[in-house]
Order: sequence, then structure tokens, then C-alpha cells
Amino acid sequence: MAESVRQLSALMRKEFLLEWRQRYALNGMLLYIVGAVFVCYLSFNARRGQLTPIVWNTLFWIILLFTAINAIAKSFVQERAGRQLYYYTLASPEQIILSKILYNTVLMLALSFLGFSVYAFVLGNPVQDVPLYILTLLLGAIGFAASLTLVSGIASKAENPATLMAVLSFPIILPLLLMVLKISKNALDGLDRSVSWNEIGIVLAIDAIVITLSWLLFPFLWRS
Amino acid sequence: MSALQNEKYLVEGPSGLNFDLCYSKRLFGYCSRQPILNESIRNVYFHVPLWFGMITLLLTSAIFSIKYLRSGKLGDDLVAVEFANTAILFGLLGCATGSLWANFTWGEPWPNDPKLNSVAVGMLMYLAYLILRGSFDDEQRRARISAVYNIFAFAVFVPLIFIVPRLTDSLHPGNGGNPAFGKYDMDNNMRVVFYPAVIGFTLLGVWITELSIRLRRVKAALDD
Repeated sequence: MAESVRQLSALMRKEFLLEWRQRYALNGMLLYIVGAVFVCYLSFNARRGQLTPIVWNTLFWIILLFTAINAIAKSFVQERAGRQLYYYTLASPEQIILSKILYNTVLMLALSFLGFSVYAFVLGNPVQDVPLYILTLLLGAIGFAASLTLVSGIASKAENPATLMAVLSFPIILPLLLMVLKISKNALDGLDRSVSWNEIGIVLAIDAIVITLSWLLFPFLWRS
Repeated sequence: MSALQNEKYLVEGPSGLNFDLCYSKRLFGYCSRQPILNESIRNVYFHVPLWFGMITLLLTSAIFSIKYLRSGKLGDDLVAVEFANTAILFGLLGCATGSLWANFTWGEPWPNDPKLNSVAVGMLMYLAYLILRGSFDDEQRRARISAVYNIFAFAVFVPLIFIVPRLTDSLHPGNGGNPAFGKYDMDNNMRVVFYPAVIGFTLLGVWITELSIRLRRVKAALDD
């Protein structure tokens, strides 16, 4: 147990180091989300103050969705095949996928908090229950990372990873996205928190299913 | 099985008996008249069994994908993809019968109903599965990676189709607090047709799948 935790933390450390050494990719992602938010801000510029809370919320999550797909798509193509083979001789595939999911969760958290602050800064912040909204961001980050990491592993094996990543992940992510949209809308309207417990439970359940499946299925994927 | 029996089996399929029982006698015969639905409730013999059949076929497809991952026999992968193909066909037919029915009872062919949208997303998921298969040249690799995706997709499909529609308001019976059909609308005379129809459509799906699997095997043998 202690051994596997140590291995997991070593793998996580490797992911962070890799990202830090290739800062252009990280900076690219940060600029991507800020740029997307700004494009939306300017596109809705025609009539100021016409953005209803529903549109505000949906737009934000769509931006996050595209950012997530772009950010996570590179988690398996960043390193060369030879080096991946080397990792597989060192650690078990389960630990590799878990470390990738954990790392992507942290990345998504950073991106979504940055996105939220920029978005709220330029487009105004109609959220009435900010702690619940932040909890939703947290749940969303975990869910996006968990379900997209395996899909990016699948897509990276194929000929045209970029298109395939989008095609495979849109339908897979939808149940999660719908639930998260619902919770964040409740937070936006400042509804009583007891209204959202049901959906939060379902998001957690979907996360659990997806993480378990990644854990079970990844060993079959990396062999090819 | 003798040659003659085999031929009859090929032409009629295992569900021939059920079809005789269900449709020739009952379809145009007695039918209980319902408020709002009137005699369009007859569609329950087609629409609902098609969906039940599709879910059974998808489950079988996922099971064969698991079998492939465990055994590594290409034959299992072939069975999995053909079951998925038939399931997609059933899904499209289910959408067609459903939108006919919706046109008469709900007033429009594609009402904005969570169950319809979930199913559309589910169909996208399985079409993406076919696209994923198309993007590999190597047989073993294609089989392994698409099996991983198939299992993953089924695990997301189940909450999408059983949980999400039940949380929101839906027009469908048995969802969003609506009573299910069985409670008020079906009498025993209809059940006599409905249950065999479910079995019959499922077996019809199995039969179609079996034919296409045989066709593929013959083609593979001819190529060699």
C-alpha cells in the first residue's frame, strides 16, 4: 500500500515536472480559456446586459467543456511512445492512469477557477450561492478529468486523434455536463442547497463509475 | 439441425412463432381504447419492444467485448460489433415509431423530452464507436481499443438512459413521476401480446445479428 502510494506520488511529480518544463503547453491552455472567454464577451457586446443567467451559465460550461477536451487530449500524445514503454516497465498501468486522472483534475481545477474569475470579471457575476458554484466547479473538474483521460488514451492510439477525441468525448461527457449544468443553475438562482443534493450524488456516482472503469480498462489499452 | 429445418430457421428466424402469435391475430383485432391515446396504444407492441430489444443487444455487445478482452479471440470482437450494429438499427426504428406516436399524442414528432434527447446522444455514442473502428488498420489493435470504448460507452449509456430522464419532467410514462404504462393503460389482453412481442423483437435482433455474423465469417473465409 505504502509502496503504491509512493509510486503514485512519483508519477504525479513526473507529470508536474513535465508540464513545468514544457511551459508553452500550460501557458497555451491558460491563454486558450482566457481568449475564449474574451471572444464570448465581445460577441455578446452588441447589447450589453442582455445575457440572462441561463445563457451566462451555459456559455461558461461550454467554454469549460472545450477547454477540457483540448487540455486533456494531450495527456497521452505529449510523450513519445518509447518513453511510455519505459514507464510501463517501471509502474503498473493502474497507477499510470490514476496519476494521469489526478494530474488532469488538478489541471482542470486551475483552468476552471481561472476561467471563472475572468468570466465573472468581464461578463459580471450573477451567482447568488458562490460556495455551491465553486463546489460544482470542483465536481465538474473531477468528472471531466476522469471521463476524458481514458478517452484521450483511446483517441491517441488512432490515426486522427484530434477529431476522434471530440467525436468520442461529446456523447460520453453529456450526462455529467447536464447534471453539472443543473447544479450550477441551482447555485446561480440561490436555491436552497437541499434541492441539489440529488444531482450532486449522481455526479459523484458517475465519477465513481468512470474512474473504476478507467482503472479496469486501461491495462488492456496500453498494451497495444 | 437438419438441412430443411435449418432453411426454415434462416427464413423465419426463432421469433417466427412469436410474430404469428402477436401480430396476425392481435394487431388488427381487439384493443382497449384509452383516453388521449385511443387505439394508438397499439404502438406499444412495436415501440417499447424495439427499445427493450436494443438495450438487450447493447448489453450483449458489451459482454462480448469483455469476453474479447479476456480471451483475445477476434471472433468475439466480430460478435460484439454486429450486436452493436443491430442495436443501432433497432434504435433508429425505435426513434421512427416513437416520433410517429409522438406526432399523434403529443402533437409534434420530436418534442423536447429528456428521454428522446438521451437516446439521441446514446446513438451518437455508438456511431462514434463505428467511426473509432474505422480509424484502425491493424485488426488486433482495432478490436482491443474498440472493445475498451464499447464497455466504457455502455457504462455511460445506462445512467444516461435510465437515470437522467427520471430526474426531470418527461412526457414518457414511468419517468419524472409519471405513472408507468402497466399501471393504468394495459389490460391483460394487451399483456398477452406485449410480453411475447418483447421476447420476439429481442430474438429477431439476435437472428439478424446471427445472419450478419455468418456473412462476415463467410467473407473472411473467402478472402483467405
